Amino acid sequence: MEQGILNLETLWFVLIAVLWIGFFFLEGFDFGVGILLPFIGKDDTDRRVMINTIGPTWDGNEVWLLTAGGAMFAAFPEWYATMFSGFFLAFFLLLVALIVRGVAFEYRSKNPTAAWRTMWDGAIFIGSAVPALLFGVTFGNLVRGMEIDATGEYVGGFWALLNPYALAMGVASLVLFTLHGALFLSMKAKGDVYDRAVAVAKPLSVAATAVMAVAMIWSYIQADGGTVPGLLPIAAIGLLGAVIWLVYSKLFSWAFVFTGLTIVTAVAAIFIGMYPNVMTSTIDPAYSLTVFSASSTTMTLQIMSVVALIFVPIVLCYQAWSYWVFRKRVGREDVTSSVY
Amino acid sequence: MEDLALLLARWQFGIVTVYHWLFVPITLGITWMVAIMETSWLRTKNPVYLRMTKFWGKLMLINFAIGVVTGIVQEFQFGMNWSTYSRFVGDIFGAPLAIEALLAFFIESTFLGLWIFGWKKLSPKVHVLTIWIVAFGTMASAFWILVAGSWMQYPVGYVLNPVTGRAEMANFFEIITSKMLWAQFPHTIFVGFATAGSLMLGVSAWHLMRKQHIEVMRTSAAFASVALLVGSLGVAMTGHWLGQVMVEVQPMKMAAAEALWEDEQPAAFSLFAVGDKENNRNAINVAIPAGLSLLSCNNLDCEVRGINSLQAEMVENHGPGDYIPNLFVTYWGFRLMVGSGTLMLIIGALGVWFHLRGTLLKRRWFLVGALWIGIAAGFLGNATGWIFTEMGRQPWVVYEVLLTRGTNSPTVPAGWVWISLIGFSVLYGLLAIPAIYLFVKFAKAGPGEETSNEDVAASMVY
Ligand code: HDD
Ligand code: HEM
Ligand code: HEM
Repeated sequence: MEQGILNLETLWFVLIAVLWIGFFFLEGFDFGVGILLPFIGKDDTDRRVMINTIGPTWDGNEVWLLTAGGAMFAAFPEWYATMFSGFFLAFFLLLVALIVRGVAFEYRSKNPTAAWRTMWDGAIFIGSAVPALLFGVTFGNLVRGMEIDATGEYVGGFWALLNPYALAMGVASLVLFTLHGALFLSMKAKGDVYDRAVAVAKPLSVAATAVMAVAMIWSYIQADGGTVPGLLPIAAIGLLGAVIWLVYSKLFSWAFVFTGLTIVTAVAAIFIGMYPNVMTSTIDPAYSLTVFSASSTTMTLQIMSVVALIFVPIVLCYQAWSYWVFRKRVGREDVTSSVY
Repeated sequence: MEDLALLLARWQFGIVTVYHWLFVPITLGITWMVAIMETSWLRTKNPVYLRMTKFWGKLMLINFAIGVVTGIVQEFQFGMNWSTYSRFVGDIFGAPLAIEALLAFFIESTFLGLWIFGWKKLSPKVHVLTIWIVAFGTMASAFWILVAGSWMQYPVGYVLNPVTGRAEMANFFEIITSKMLWAQFPHTIFVGFATAGSLMLGVSAWHLMRKQHIEVMRTSAAFASVALLVGSLGVAMTGHWLGQVMVEVQPMKMAAAEALWEDEQPAAFSLFAVGDKENNRNAINVAIPAGLSLLSCNNLDCEVRGINSLQAEMVENHGPGDYIPNLFVTYWGFRLMVGSGTLMLIIGALGVWFHLRGTLLKRRWFLVGALWIGIAAGFLGNATGWIFTEMGRQPWVVYEVLLTRGTNSPTVPAGWVWISLIGFSVLYGLLAIPAIYLFVKFAKAGPGEETSNEDVAASMVY
């Protein structure tokens, strides 16, 4: 059945891609800051500086994930059901990580003892690194295709998810987000944290380009070509190459913009590569879930479209405003004076 | 084996949802209270209100953190554990969930961030506005999740599509104006005020017993008593209304809640019963004559249907099976909820009374009661209320449309659910330790000496 791309199903596929892109762009640097916490934060004050650079906004960033999940449930229930039950154990780990991370931000500085803070610092690190890795693995499997049977259920078990390609994607997202976080700190921190962030950004930019090159080329092979997605991975690698140059030229804010663009391009490539499938079956292509076979009814999609068209711009405005309010760099003097 | 996976998935859902719900009602009420306190500070410039805002604001944040992180599990587990269910209801159920995220969660999280970190960066007027927006966000959140939840209790505005084999949306307007929703939503909101009020009154009482921070705590106790009184009056009224809707749309739940085996006219309200399920009757029953008729239809002699005839009717409509929910849980769940509500109402009324007479500090027995009984009643009423609502609906997951049995994920084996069930239970148990520790620590530490927004700023950052 040929159906063009001018339909509600495709619109929602695009919107969900946009939500995931927004999530990876925003939460990507949150994860990066969390991953760098033990490496760049040499003492407690440094670590507080780091956490406070993302303090006001991390939860709002995470809601992009919740909205993406909710939108999948609403617009493509079959996709939501197959994907979330298929990734059961992976998502369980993901949830545990996100839970300890969220609590850690809020609770860490509310008690002065060293043991308490060390414990939550560990939670922030693990809670940031594990999702950064798992999201790459998850999307790797979506690109690669999974064992979906005739009833639309994933029957491949847990270990099949840990294939080399998906793991390579996981490493790529982990390193890329770490770089994204380092560059975010270069814009938001001052003093020692700033110095160390720009110092790690150099090797990280090289490493990220290397692993992304591997992952993107491998994705290209996995996805069996397709012209548009073929160009996008190359663009992603090229953008990251530019990041190396920008970092070495000390143009850190531009470098941040370019890691952001890399994330946008890479995630867009994944979604465009999948379309019109949402879950590709490796058992039989006929079993794949497509945007048409997995979607909700037209009525639900219409209602959701109205709501999204009104509220997504509003959300963007006030989130942008909150970034504007907290645009100043954070330094040691901003946190030392305070009692918890 | 499949049934074990189902059983475990149900236990997991129950445990993580009740846990989420320990924190949510407090959030629903306390955000409003903090917003009112900060507004009072802005208008009167009396530092007592600022100190209250900061003190209760901290406790709000400690509570909020757990509410947020446990909510993420809620959203994921429909797909993870209940994929068959999700496929069946997604067309209707997914929309409110997505709308909740878009309309409520973004607001709550963004504006709470602005509130926490904006003490110096925003003008006082804009700052107080942020907490009001958070408070409205929590209402929006409650509304949209209850759209989804109440639809399962009372499915309206849908058609069953024989081709896709799922429930599909026919009338969105009908779904968001369902009478079940408009009884559950106010009940839940009032519950939020009452629960937050009881917690705040309890904490204030602790300080007043020790004759410390009197100024701040006396004012807090007054705020809290009013919230508790208004909240529990609202809870009782909306609860009565909810009960009537329930008798109409789910007569089996009310029959189970009352352990009412035979149709009765007029029906008595049972105070204490010991069931005898083998013989489909009660071994012991102490009851108020005509009480249930009054509760169900506002007069003293209407007929209320009993379990036996409802079961027969269900078999006729839906084929053979046991359509009787767990009677022990529904019966006692209902009683514990109403009992907690009664206690909370009494405590709220006494609190307001003693406050007006200015004798709060002298009534030590009351302060002790408000601390221990008041707080316990809030949590108990909430947990039992929801357990009653949800388990009284069984064996249906979508009432009279879809049985719970067989709606869990077919490809998720019991072993995996064991892992997530035990994993979440242990994690939640562990998280309760720092949460309670911090809550008690900050509650006991009492308010600070702030006199300006700048003073608060430093103590709020992470
Ligand atoms: C009547 C109110 C109510 C009910 C029945 C539920 N929740 Fe909840 N939820 C809230 C009211 C709320 C809240 C007051 O809005 C919370 C509590 C703390 C918070 O930050 O927001 C929240 C947080 C919260 C979050 C985190 C939001 C964030 O990151 O900011 C999610 C994803 C959910 N909930 C999802 C659910 C789901 C899927 C439920 C159904 C099973 C559920 N909640 C029951
Ligand atoms: C926050 C308050 C809530 C609490 C405390 C609560 C509690 C429970 C409990 C204890 C069960 C298990 C019942 C059983 O298996 O016998 C259950 C089941 C369920 N509830 Fe709720 N619930 C709440 C809100 C909701 C809402 C708002 C929704 C929908 C959006 C919902 C959807 C479900 C579903 C899908 C099940 C299916 C699992 C099952 O039937 O076992 N719940 N809930
Ligand atoms: C004072 C008398 C009360 C009455 C008559 C009453 C009545 C009811 C009824 C009939 C239901 C079931 C609705 C359904 O099946 O959908 C219910 C649900 C519930 N009750 Fe109450 N209730 C009372 C007090 C309380 C108190 C004090 C609390 C908590 C502190 C509470 C918390 C809840 C909750 C959380 C639910 C489930 C959510 C909902 O349906 O809105 N109730 N109540």
